[in-house]
Amino acid sequence: MAKLLEVAGLKAYYGPTQALFDVSFSLDQGGVITLLGANGAGKSTTLRAICGMVRADGSIQLDGKSIGGKATEDIVRLGVGHVPEGRGTFARLSVDENLRVAAHVRKDRAAALRDRDMVLEYFPILKARLSQQAGTLSGGEQQMLAISRALMLGPRLMLLDEPSFGLAPLIVQEIFRIMRRINAESGVSMLLVEQNAALALDLADHAYVLETGRVVMAGAAAVVKSDAAIRKSYLGY
Amino acid sequence: MATTTNPVNETTVVKQTGVASQRGWIWIGLAGLALLPLVGGKTGLISNFAFLQLSLMIVYAIAVLGLNLLTGFNGQISLGHGAFFAVGAYTVAILIDQANWPFWATLPMAALACFIAGYLFGLPALRLEGHYLALATFALAVAVPQILKYRHLEPFTKGVQGINIFKADPPFGLPLSSDQWMFLVVLAVAILMFWAARNLLDSRIGRALRAIRDQPLAADTMGINSSHYKAVTFGISALYTGVAGALHAIIFEFVSPDSFRFELSIAILVGAVVGGIASLPGAVIGGLFVQAIEKYADALTKKISASVHLPLELQPWTIYGIALIILIYTMPTGIAGGIGTLRKRLQRP
Amino acid sequence: MEQLIQQIASGLANGAIYASLALALVMIFVSTDHINFAQGEMAMFSAYVCWQMMQWGLNFWIALPLVALGSFFAGVAIQRIILQPLHNAPVLSVVVVFIGLLTIFHSLAGGIWSFTIKEFPSPFPKVVFAGSGYLGSHQVGMILVTLLLLVGLYAFFRFTPLGLAMRAAAQNPASARLVGVRVDWMLALGWGLAAAVGAVAGAMVAPVVYLEPNMMASILLYGFASALVGGISSPGGAVAGGFIVGVLENLIAYFGNLLEKASGLYLIGNGEKLSVALVIVIIVLTLKPDGLFGQVSVKRV
Repeated sequence: MAKLLEVAGLKAYYGPTQALFDVSFSLDQGGVITLLGANGAGKSTTLRAICGMVRADGSIQLDGKSIGGKATEDIVRLGVGHVPEGRGTFARLSVDENLRVAAHVRKDRAAALRDRDMVLEYFPILKARLSQQAGTLSGGEQQMLAISRALMLGPRLMLLDEPSFGLAPLIVQEIFRIMRRINAESGVSMLLVEQNAALALDLADHAYVLETGRVVMAGAAAVVKSDAAIRKSYLGY
Repeated sequence: MATTTNPVNETTVVKQTGVASQRGWIWIGLAGLALLPLVGGKTGLISNFAFLQLSLMIVYAIAVLGLNLLTGFNGQISLGHGAFFAVGAYTVAILIDQANWPFWATLPMAALACFIAGYLFGLPALRLEGHYLALATFALAVAVPQILKYRHLEPFTKGVQGINIFKADPPFGLPLSSDQWMFLVVLAVAILMFWAARNLLDSRIGRALRAIRDQPLAADTMGINSSHYKAVTFGISALYTGVAGALHAIIFEFVSPDSFRFELSIAILVGAVVGGIASLPGAVIGGLFVQAIEKYADALTKKISASVHLPLELQPWTIYGIALIILIYTMPTGIAGGIGTLRKRLQRP
Repeated sequence: MEQLIQQIASGLANGAIYASLALALVMIFVSTDHINFAQGEMAMFSAYVCWQMMQWGLNFWIALPLVALGSFFAGVAIQRIILQPLHNAPVLSVVVVFIGLLTIFHSLAGGIWSFTIKEFPSPFPKVVFAGSGYLGSHQVGMILVTLLLLVGLYAFFRFTPLGLAMRAAAQNPASARLVGVRVDWMLALGWGLAAAVGAVAGAMVAPVVYLEPNMMASILLYGFASALVGGISSPGGAVAGGFIVGVLENLIAYFGNLLEKASGLYLIGNGEKLSVALVIVIIVLTLKPDGLFGQVSVKRV
């Protein structure tokens, strides 16, 4: 299986403070991997480093080409959709405008329109709220909007930062179900950062556990999920 | 120099030695300046006009110092200090012209008037920050000439015509020309005010000001009443620039609304930025700059225009503007800051 | 009564200019968090260039779009070359750079075209129409051109993809990057548009106040007052603020004159208009800094 994303020896810094130390992992085309760990382990930092949002060293390769050092908007245009922590929706724009802004980078208008239909089919609730200001949506709806917006970029890789955060369990289940559909039907690869390990391990193929900026364990998701000892010592449950 | 392993002590000791020798040189320099009229006058080496220039340089240094106190040490921005310059100038002019006060008595009054004006302006302004404060002071500067022409103030300000006053004669029949006498007066006032500023900054108030500048929220939580301090700083800053305005009026023997247009506020700002906004010596350099440029800019720009054959009459302010932008990029701490950095580099083994 | 209507109408005409300037100021503020102190002088310089082109024989309606376009590119260049590198610099540094730009444009205009006052012919034909008693044809023209400009800008921001991208970049630069918007170029575009709008405003007002390097200084102050009244983060508010300030300014002078005629007491009149603007600025900044329509801004600790 070809590797879509290969990260090797990644170091990241917030100003003078180093947050990631030699993180390495890879993601197959069409696969789903998850980064797990406690608060402050460096999971979000990893996503930000991939997107060029923090100062980083090391090798980040997207489809064999290095993207380290590129500007965020250029990395996005290469096919990376980042659903950030806190959703990052444009609160004062309407749902429709949120989707259209992402479509603005697509060169293929027809494909963008098809994606819009697809997205509204995955999340019918958004269709009902198209002209509403994004800031007035509920948490779950905003998360759906954030994912949809990333999909409107036509990405090959989606980075999801704690999509379950602050949401009711039923909504979270619905969202994860749709993410599985997206991965299966559209072939979009996913890198999922989650604190809710159980959910993440259900969706992912491989798991990496981070602790204070280092990868302390890596393995197939199924194995990690079924091994109580690993779960206890690395994930606390 | 004592050698000690305690880093705090070490830096203190170094500082004191450095400051002490610096102080020595400053006193020598000042004494030399004070003796200038004696030397210059008798031998005719230094003309009256030169003394006038020197006086103006010192006056602008005081004006720039006012702005420095506000901007450098308190982190507030003012594009309108010309307004306080005007208040000082008019206070003096009105008192001399209409109440027949002797000029030396008018100086403290000008200082008081400007402190009050600055404090009053600082009260609402204290809630503003950054560009909002810049905006408010910009508005003040633009409106000043019109305010001075206000009909109801005319009995005092004499409106557009302005006020004429007469220069003070040296007292006690001293053998000095009036320009030389004014030079000594200005020098004395400047020494007093710079000394006061130095002591103010090293005091508890000074530390509070720096705290408010660097970490306004933290300062609040530490119990420093930053609102009050901010308004007081504005008052003090206005006081300094106002005294400069007062001296300026006495030297030039004339004030009118149009002498205090927006350009004046910018000139003071330019002086502060060029000299160095958070330093006392910077104010001196700034004052020098404003005066020197005023005198030489015209000739300089004409020379440049002639040699480069530009299709326009190059104006001094164009050069100021370009210089300002270049300075912000290369020496944001001004010439004084630049010298400081240079000295540090030279001191390293 | 006629006098009153005339004052209001003329206030609306002035308000059109203030609204344009206020809009330019808001566009730059919303995207970069900076107040463009040089906006007035840039507009004045553009007006001079327009005048020069007319001296060379071009018709006003050809010169104006050219000047607007040129000003657009100049605005983009200034943002990219001079301001972008300072985006993390302290506020004082940026304010000083703006003042530097202000003095450069001001003195350059004086240096190139001299400081003597010039006449700038009105591009609008002198037509007599109903209501001529209240407004001159140039004033009507000013209002029409300004409204056209504002409607055009509104349509651009509301309905075009580029306008949407610019709004997104201004509201949430981080998220905008995450959807591939080149935020830095959006800021530059904002500057370009502001410069172009300023150019139109300058060309519109020059026939009224006569062309000279000092012509925009007080108008800029009114522009600030308008932007503050409307809400410096709200484009619609800025426009409303412009008309409000324009009418208010005239009404205050009008009632001051009435008072004087009635009681002989002169409180306020035409000579105090700038002071009124100053007072408006101070009052809004201290009591309601977000203006009538702006978003309440909360500072993060």
